[in-house]
Amino acid sequence: MSSSAKIWASIIVSGLMLGTTAHAAEPGSYGVGATPTSDQIAQWSIAIKPDGSNLPPGSGTVSQGADIYGNECAACHGTFGEGAAAYPKLAGGVGTLKTQKLKTVGSFWPYAPILYDYINRAMPFYAPRSLTSNQVYAISAYILNLNNIVPDDFVANAKTLAAVKMPNRDGFIFKDPRPLTHDVECMSHCADAKALVITSDASKAGITPKTTGPVDNMQGSSAK
Amino acid sequence: MAKASRRKLFKFGAAAGGALVAASARAATAATAPAGPLSDPWGHSLGAGVDDRPYGQPSKYEKDAIRRYVPWLAQSPQADASFTPLQDQPGIITANGFFFERYHAGRVSVNPAEWRLMIMGLVEKPLLLTLDDLKRFPSVSRTHFLECPANGATEWPAAQLNSLQYTHGLIACAEWTGVKLSTLLKEVGLKPNGKWLLAEGGDGSHLTRSVPIEKALDDCIVAWGQNGEALRPEQGYPVRLIVPGWQGNQMVKWLRRLEIGTDPWYTHEETASYTELLPNGKALGFTWVAEAKSVISFPCPEKPLTGGPGNYEIRGFAWTGRGKIKAVDVSFDGGVNYSRAALQEPVLDKCMTRFTIPWHWDGKPALIQSRAVDETGYVQPTIAEARAIMGTAPVYLNNSIQTWQVLADGSVNNVQLG
Ligand code: HEC
Repeated sequence: MSSSAKIWASIIVSGLMLGTTAHAAEPGSYGVGATPTSDQIAQWSIAIKPDGSNLPPGSGTVSQGADIYGNECAACHGTFGEGAAAYPKLAGGVGTLKTQKLKTVGSFWPYAPILYDYINRAMPFYAPRSLTSNQVYAISAYILNLNNIVPDDFVANAKTLAAVKMPNRDGFIFKDPRPLTHDVECMSHCADAKALVITSDASKAGITPKTTGPVDNMQGSSAK
Repeated sequence: MAKASRRKLFKFGAAAGGALVAASARAATAATAPAGPLSDPWGHSLGAGVDDRPYGQPSKYEKDAIRRYVPWLAQSPQADASFTPLQDQPGIITANGFFFERYHAGRVSVNPAEWRLMIMGLVEKPLLLTLDDLKRFPSVSRTHFLECPANGATEWPAAQLNSLQYTHGLIACAEWTGVKLSTLLKEVGLKPNGKWLLAEGGDGSHLTRSVPIEKALDDCIVAWGQNGEALRPEQGYPVRLIVPGWQGNQMVKWLRRLEIGTDPWYTHEETASYTELLPNGKALGFTWVAEAKSVISFPCPEKPLTGGPGNYEIRGFAWTGRGKIKAVDVSFDGGVNYSRAALQEPVLDKCMTRFTIPWHWDGKPALIQSRAVDETGYVQPTIAEARAIMGTAPVYLNNSIQTWQVLADGSVNNVQLG
């Protein structure tokens, strides 16, 4: 064996050994990365479950929530959750899911603890993660109260939020029924040629942004 | 309107005269061709050097080929989507600059030196990884499409947007490089009751989605590479999750945390949004897989037939989250009769597949469609069939057959048939 072949052979052998180690069932056997401390895990762990588990200590009232919401949220979502401009509405819409389909916290969301989870992780839009637990509890209480789900004297905390039953709690099917169609691959006379009619034509709708030139923001002069 | 745009297109060839249009396409080309090699400025001068463009750019003549958005779809550009210019995508790979965007809290700029991935919950050994740590694990490269389940949402009530880009551009396809999620989950060691995985993003939306452990252990990738370079910021630099064939929303960007639990988390993104209200008022959740779909990318409203009657190649894309595309059929008569298109290699799992079929256009109006069949035998439905089940006002899950109407002047419109 030439010396370079020997080197290659030893590299292959060590590679194989590494491979074996990597596939061993023992957790941690690859040995790369740090073990987080329990403090670190607690700091990263912000996900709340529908049953309220992992909700932090703290609490907030409807009236405290009204003040904070007025400062931090109303500009986009409206003082009463009615929505400003095209920002999401947070209240109303109960009973519309079959018709106008107005989806709000009150009409659509199945779990109150997820309201805490979402506000805490994502809002206010321009400054997420800037609110304290007490503030998030208070705003959650206010939004639930706007939707007539909790009374004016409601105090939101880990226990009371978990106990709230949302109006649309049972409105979801978490089982995918698809495929919904079971067509066969028809190749000829698949439709009645004489019955074919054009039911809509996008060239007549007049709502398509320009597809050439610079990005069209559909605001008149700046679109050029 | 169609006439005017045709005239514009003909400007370069200056062949808009009635007599020339009647003549054969070949004669028209010869009569109006530029003077040729003798006067090409690029053949009579020195080009640019290697020192002026350290990161390459497309030709300046391709400036129309860009991502575009629909301003009336959302209030804020930081919680909105832009669309892939599929009409300008030649093969199955979407250029990184073309790849559609969807943000819930804008495009953030993550410093890779400060980035960490936490893996915790029902595991034997929780893990905190730096990017360098992550890259030490065995890696894979796989090519997969990524489609937003709202692709085609505007077309549920009627044909509304006269464009391939706006009707189908919430999809893209890339080669992803990273570590298989199963590799990382073996390293942390799943506890027996660990049945679900939560993926969380590090941007301001801290977006979270639940993934059943079977899928997590199957083919998911914790990816840092995209088409020959680092993941783009638009796609979650430095690291995103790839959940092949499933809703784009699950492929969490700016990934920062994976948690193992006993049950789904029923997060905002899998209850309040990314669920579909059915006509009976119930909402369908966990509709993860992207069903088979296809569309003709040439011709289309953005790319009309500019050369008059004669021979063309019809081209398009097909994809399915359930595996491979088995066949694509093309109709020139609004779905009465279909012919098999050729599938271009490679035909990959949960990946865009390109199809082509020759067409001799007689110059008469036509209604052209493509229909995908996947390896499970599933056949892409018509919009009428889909509506009969879903109603007229859903948002998601529109995988119906697209009809393009080719007019006698070669222009193309988005229409729906009843
Ligand atoms: C600058 C405007 C703005 C402000 C201020 C703001 N939001 Fe939002 N909010 C948004 C946008 C935009 C979305 C949609 C985000 C997306 O598309 O993912 C949203 C979504 C929401 C939703 C989800 C609605 C649904 O049904 O899906 C809730 C709840 C919410 N915001 C609560 C709040 C609260 C509470 C505050 C104050 C602490 C707040 N927001 C402040 C813009 C804002």
